[in-house]
Amino acid sequence: MLAKRSRQAVFHLLAILACLISIIPFYLIVTNSFKSIAEASSMSAALPSILHVENFVTVVATGKLGTSFLNSLFYATGSTIIGTLCAAMAAFVLSRNRSRFNRFLYFFIILGIALPTNFFTLTKVMQITQLINTKIGILILYAAGQIPFGVFLIYGFLDTVPKELDEAAIIDGCGPFQLFFKIIVPLMMPVLITDAVLSFLGAWGNFIMPLYYLNNTANWPMTLSAYNFFDMYHMNWNLFSADILLTVLPVLFVYFAAQRYILSGMTAGAVKG
Amino acid sequence: MRVRNKLNYPLYFILPALVLYLIFSIIPSLSGIFYSFTNWSSYTTKINFIGLENFKTIFSASENYLLFIKNTFIFTIITIFAKTVIGLALALLLTEGTKRLAYFYRMMIYVPVILPAIAVGLIFKSILNPSTGLLNTSLRFAGLGALAQKWLTNPHIALYSVIGVDTWQGVGYIMVILIAGIQSIPREYYEVADVDGAGFWAKLIWVTLPMMMPTITIVTVLNLLYGLKVFDIVYVLTNGGPGYATDVIYTAVFQAFSQGQWGLGTAFSSLLFVFMCVLGYFVIRLMDRGQSRD
Repeated sequence: MLAKRSRQAVFHLLAILACLISIIPFYLIVTNSFKSIAEASSMSAALPSILHVENFVTVVATGKLGTSFLNSLFYATGSTIIGTLCAAMAAFVLSRNRSRFNRFLYFFIILGIALPTNFFTLTKVMQITQLINTKIGILILYAAGQIPFGVFLIYGFLDTVPKELDEAAIIDGCGPFQLFFKIIVPLMMPVLITDAVLSFLGAWGNFIMPLYYLNNTANWPMTLSAYNFFDMYHMNWNLFSADILLTVLPVLFVYFAAQRYILSGMTAGAVKG
Repeated sequence: MRVRNKLNYPLYFILPALVLYLIFSIIPSLSGIFYSFTNWSSYTTKINFIGLENFKTIFSASENYLLFIKNTFIFTIITIFAKTVIGLALALLLTEGTKRLAYFYRMMIYVPVILPAIAVGLIFKSILNPSTGLLNTSLRFAGLGALAQKWLTNPHIALYSVIGVDTWQGVGYIMVILIAGIQSIPREYYEVADVDGAGFWAKLIWVTLPMMMPTITIVTVLNLLYGLKVFDIVYVLTNGGPGYATDVIYTAVFQAFSQGQWGLGTAFSSLLFVFMCVLGYFVIRLMDRGQSRD
């Protein structure tokens, strides 16, 4: 019994150690964001002697964080809504009507999970569609990028929604839109939230698309602004930490608010896949 | 019934997703193959066919492209191995080792996964700073100063440092999937093993690992797809440096993009595209089997 107890203690210590290693960098940016420039110069783990809250004011003012925050919010929210809706509608029909053609389409779309982006020809597409250097262009790129995984995730979930419900609704005179939005969407909510949260986090953290396709700083999301801020102020680790902290806070907020959906969705998609 | 299916599940529900996918993924990829055989550049509007010139450049020993491909493979293979082994150890710890608080631990270890790569990269730039960084100061503090390194500027170590940071960030994701795999193993197998007097290692080798093979395959595929396309973390940590020590396919593609060598960059991207299509074919077959299983 005692041996079992002490083994348990060792396991818990190991788990706590793993947790600490996972969140140490986050701890570093939190403490250093409140330090003076001299104190933060080594990015040490020590606590700040005085809380320099004004760092955040400086960062927001000089880093134009207000605009980038709104941009990020616009890209992440807009692409999530469009991407999730498109994926859900497609997954619904592909899953319910499994004709040979639809089976092919399903595999053709989820092949997109593996495909790399060709940024050169994509530039050309962005020019032709007049989306290059526009906010809406970035939003659509994110939405399009989410679709293959979204279709895969939602398609898997739809197996658990009985088809008898569709038949009952159809007999009651529902058209396809009514059937989808009134009957199916409420039942799909868990997987829709999972897909939406994953899309939102992905879009918020992405900086490769803006790096290629946005040269106007006024359109930059927080990630790209933070990178640029680092280039300009990389001696000021305190300001820089504050900037990073503000960039990751929304992500952490969404994560802790919705982590039930993230962890369940991750596993549902993967174990099935 | 056929007609009813078409009526109630209309094709136009698929259209928005399909159109976005075609325009922003398939068309660029396929037209990229065409442009691979041209001298397309950002400086001239005239595009000429130059046959296999771009591919000759990529595969010539005097250029660095083979090195970028090699770096990408080193990155991919080591991260696959490291994330799976560490992820499996953590997954076992949080399922067999600790029952209470396991959910809390899992939540914490997953945090790095959701952080933007740019934030992770920049924070680790400070942690890995040779003179003031947390890693070297801790090593010196522990009397292990001899182990302190110029993590990101020593060309022999830099790639492995990047791999280390990426593993730190990605292992939580792999762990979560592996936990689900472990939890889907029927308890009876362990009960039988217990009756036979099997210890921890025997159960791991004879029950857990064989039963986990489908999940481990999936995790490997996910890591493979990620590793071959890696860009963010490398770009932020080293931008391919020192020299070309950490340049991977996608950092080289970005350089080709910035320098206007679009034909060459497209050829490089298309090579990856063809490779990924072949890989994608196997992934789909794998996913299909997974879906018919339940």
